[in-house]
This record gives sequence, structure tokens and C-alpha cells, in this order.
Amino acid sequence: MKILVAIKQVPDTATQVKIAGDAKSIETAGITWIVSPYDEFAVEEALRIKEKRGQGEVVAVTLGPDRAKEALRSCLAMGADRAIHVNDPALANADTLTTARALAAVIKQEQPGLVLVGRQAIDDDMGAVGAQLAEVLDWPCAYWIMEETIDADGKTVKAARQVEGGLEVFDVPLPAVLAAQKGLNEPRYPTLKGIMGAKKKEIKDVKAGDLGLGSDAPQLSITKLEALPPRPPGRIVEGDVATAVKELVRSLREDAKAI
Amino acid sequence: MAGAFWCVVEDDRQGMPKKVMAEALGEAGRLSGGNVEAVWLTDKASEAGIKQLGEWGAKKVLLLENAAFAPYRGEVWAPALAELAGKESPKAIFGPVTSRQRELLARVAARLGVGLCADAVAFAMEGDALVGTRPVYAGKLISKVSWAKTPWVATLRPNVFRPAEAQAGKTAEVEKPTVTIPAAKMKFLERREEAATGLPELTEAEIVISGGRGMKGPENYVILEDMGKVIGAAVGASRAAVDAGWRPHRFQIGQTGRTISPKLYLGFGVSGAIQHLAGMRTSKVIVAVNKDPEAPIFKIADYGIVGDLFEVVPALTQEFKKLLEK
Repeated sequence: MKILVAIKQVPDTATQVKIAGDAKSIETAGITWIVSPYDEFAVEEALRIKEKRGQGEVVAVTLGPDRAKEALRSCLAMGADRAIHVNDPALANADTLTTARALAAVIKQEQPGLVLVGRQAIDDDMGAVGAQLAEVLDWPCAYWIMEETIDADGKTVKAARQVEGGLEVFDVPLPAVLAAQKGLNEPRYPTLKGIMGAKKKEIKDVKAGDLGLGSDAPQLSITKLEALPPRPPGRIVEGDVATAVKELVRSLREDAKAI
Repeated sequence: MAGAFWCVVEDDRQGMPKKVMAEALGEAGRLSGGNVEAVWLTDKASEAGIKQLGEWGAKKVLLLENAAFAPYRGEVWAPALAELAGKESPKAIFGPVTSRQRELLARVAARLGVGLCADAVAFAMEGDALVGTRPVYAGKLISKVSWAKTPWVATLRPNVFRPAEAQAGKTAEVEKPTVTIPAAKMKFLERREEAATGLPELTEAEIVISGGRGMKGPENYVILEDMGKVIGAAVGASRAAVDAGWRPHRFQIGQTGRTISPKLYLGFGVSGAIQHLAGMRTSKVIVAVNKDPEAPIFKIADYGIVGDLFEVVPALTQEFKKLLEK
């Protein structure tokens, strides 16, 4: 089975982010870039499916500028077989729908049996691309999956999705989109051999035109990025435990009106 | 009605809208000057539920009641909702951030070819256009977004928007439109319920207690649950505690867990790593208890106690009990 994994390169959580001069994007200098953690769960799951079935191909795909190639390289080092890089300045301001349409165009060319994505990218936290991809392709999709098993003939995947208060389990006909939630697996670290091998694997560059995409303006635009409004300064409640606890409860009731 | 603000109903699967709907209806009402309609896709509505939506300000309830809507499946819900939107031309489609609506409204936006603003924490009308506000980059920055055309589709973070106050006697007109309901592709097998904690759901709770690495082990969470029972709070955990295997992942608060925005957050033995803050920094009042006076969580806490949580927690539970028994 061919499995396509859509990933995104994002700033590492611990990285300081600064607003760029255009007030709509961030300064990219000095940022440590990583594969979004949920996407790593998706890559890991794809590799496990391939290993379990003893055959197949794992293709990593991303939409992003030149630097995003490093993220694809990380996926190849983990064990993906090849990668596709949708890299076109025309897609620089892509919203989730434009991204989903671009990925759908790649998927139509590649015809995988299964698409895995992370439940959301940890930069813009929209969590929408997987669902919109399913909609554009007219495929079923299971969001926030905690476990999956593909049947022997590769026709159906049994997937458990996380919902409020429990898990819902479905038989999902393939092809389908699955969005990985934390808990699905523990992603592997690339081995040295994997890292060396990744350098020889193919990363295909693709332009918007190759995918038959027009230059539609995004439907959602960032008009402004702002720093977080500072929280009012806090207060350490002093004294021994009994005194501090009494004072805290009084403050929560009388000052903060929080209880 | 053309130009109305729609709120897609999240219900308790027993025929009643959840209280997050008061927040969505309240916000939609403020933005639209009261031109709000509830759209309810369900296998089981109820008179009481419709009454509740009316009291929260819905002028109309568009009710799509069909057994095919349970459980939620995107390939059934999205085309039905999008078809109705195509006929009715609402100005906005809002829904709370829940497991199904975050997928549903993304699909509906794609189907309608319009923008989606997920996990909004504020809205404003600028002239005739809606501007959405949402946290990005682990909550380190705030992003303002605008749509190229209507309907403006958005999901709303729970506990952030001021809920509509129920107005007794206010009623909603009920309409049962006809739409095509596609056949389901996904076959539902089972629902595995989590062991009931007797405490509220993490993302919906008004008060959340969180235990971090300082809890020292899974056996100690019982003291937080005891406090939870006294003050009606959900009990969550930091990533450190979840990764250590002390709590199941569904209790994790933070970037790779749940995003919460309660009225009161109480963190015990939580250091305040960026990835935890990403999931709780929009809480209204933050209390931190930690032995380490340098713990980063004190930087965003409204109230802090530097001390041993194993002494503070039982004393605090007693004090809460005294207060609430009055």
C-alpha cells in the first residue's frame, strides 16, 4: 500500500518568535525549525503500517519554502521512501483551504491508499487541513485517532477517534484521511544510517502549475500579528501554609471572584 | 434567513444543547444585533432543548433531525450543513471547538469555498467585515484574521466568550428544512466510554486543577480529585506527568494536549513549560503552587504559593470546603 503523509515545518515550541516588519508574519532568522510533533506521529504510523504489511511505500509531502526541505529530509531519515516538496512563491500566503487543494492535487497524481496527517500544526494551530483535504477529495476521514488497524486486504481501516468522554471506533473504507493524535504511537528517532540514507532519497520539487492550481487569493488572511497582552502582575501569597491558604481562598472569593 | 449568524448546536447526545452554546449564541447575538439562528443536526432533539436555544437568543432553530446524524460522521454532516447554507445564505457559521465541530466546520468551509478561523478567542465587526482573533505559535502571539467572503466560518474556544443570559419566555421559531442526507461511508462499531471520574470534562470545566511533575507519582492525584469534588473542577496534568505515564493522555493540558480556558486554573507542581502555557494561558485567574520560586509558571500566575503541594493541597481543600459550606 502506498501511504502519503502530509507534514509541516514549524518553529520549535521553545523558540522565541518575533513579529516581522510587515506585522503579518514572524521573523524567520534564528528560528529552530522542526517537523510539527503531530506530523511525526503520522510519519511513524505510516512506517509501522508499511513494516507490518511487509511492503508498501511511504511518501512524505509538504507545502512550504526552500527551508521546508529539511523537514522532508527528517521524514526520510525516519524511514519514508521519498518526498514531494510543493514549493512555489505563489503559495506563500496559502490558507488551510489552498493548502488542502494543493495536497489534494498531489494525492490525485500519487493515488495513495491512505493519507495520514497530524491533527494540527503547532504554528497556526488551525487543525483544518486534514478535514479539508478529505472534503476536497470526497474521502472519509477520522480525526484525532488514537489507534488504527488496516485489514489484510487493505480495503478498510479500523480507527478509534478521541471524542469528549471516550473513543469512537469506526470501520473506514480506504482511501481515507486519518489525523493523528498524541498517544497513537511513540515516534522513532532517525538512526545514523537513516540520516545518511536520507541524503540519497528523492525529494521532488513541484510548482503550483504542475498541480494545475490557479492563483486563487486565500479565503482567510492574517491582517495583523500582535504580541500577547501582558497579564497583570501576580502576587506571591506569603506566610505559613495555613495563613497562605486562608489568604488565597479569601482573595479568590473576594478580589478575583473566581470561586 | 439570509444574513443571519448561524450557531451549529453541540448537544449532550441526550437532546439538550451544551452550555458552550450559550457562549456561541451570546457572541453571535452581540455581533449581529440579535440576528441569530441555531442549526441543529441530531438524531434526537427535544422540546426542552429547543426552548433552551430560544432562551439563549436563537430567533430560529433550523432542525435537521435524522438517525443518520449519530454518531457524527463528516461525510454525512458536512454536505447536509453546506447544502442548507447554500440555500439560506447565512452571514456567519459559528460552532464551539469540540471534537466534531473542529472537523465539521473545516469541511463545511472547504465545501463552501470560504475561509475558516479555528479556535477564535475574540471577534469584532470592522465596518461590515468580521475580524477574528486567535492565538498562534503556542499562544505566544495573537493573530487577527479576515475573510474574503461570507459566510464567515469559525470555531469558538469554550469558556472565553460571554454566555447569553437565558431569557425566560423568549422562544425560537422551529423550521425543519429538507436537505439531502448522504449515505455514511464510515461504519460505526463501538463507543468506548472513559471511566467516569465524576468530575467535569476538561475543556468545558469552569475550574481546572492541574498536577505536574511535582505530584511525584500517579497515586497522588487522588488529592487533586478530592479538591475537584469539593469545587466542581476537572483534573488535568502537564505533559511531564503524562509522559511519565501517571495520567492518560486525554488529561494532558498543553500544546500536544487539550487547550483550556477556565475561569480558574490551579496548578500544583507544574513548572510552566511553554508547551503547557500554550494550553492554559487564556485562563482567567491562574493560581500556581510550586516549591521552586523560580518556576516559570509564577510569571503568569495571578496568585502563587511557594511551598510543598502535599501540605498546601489538603489545607486548600479544607478551606474551600469551609467556604462553600457557608
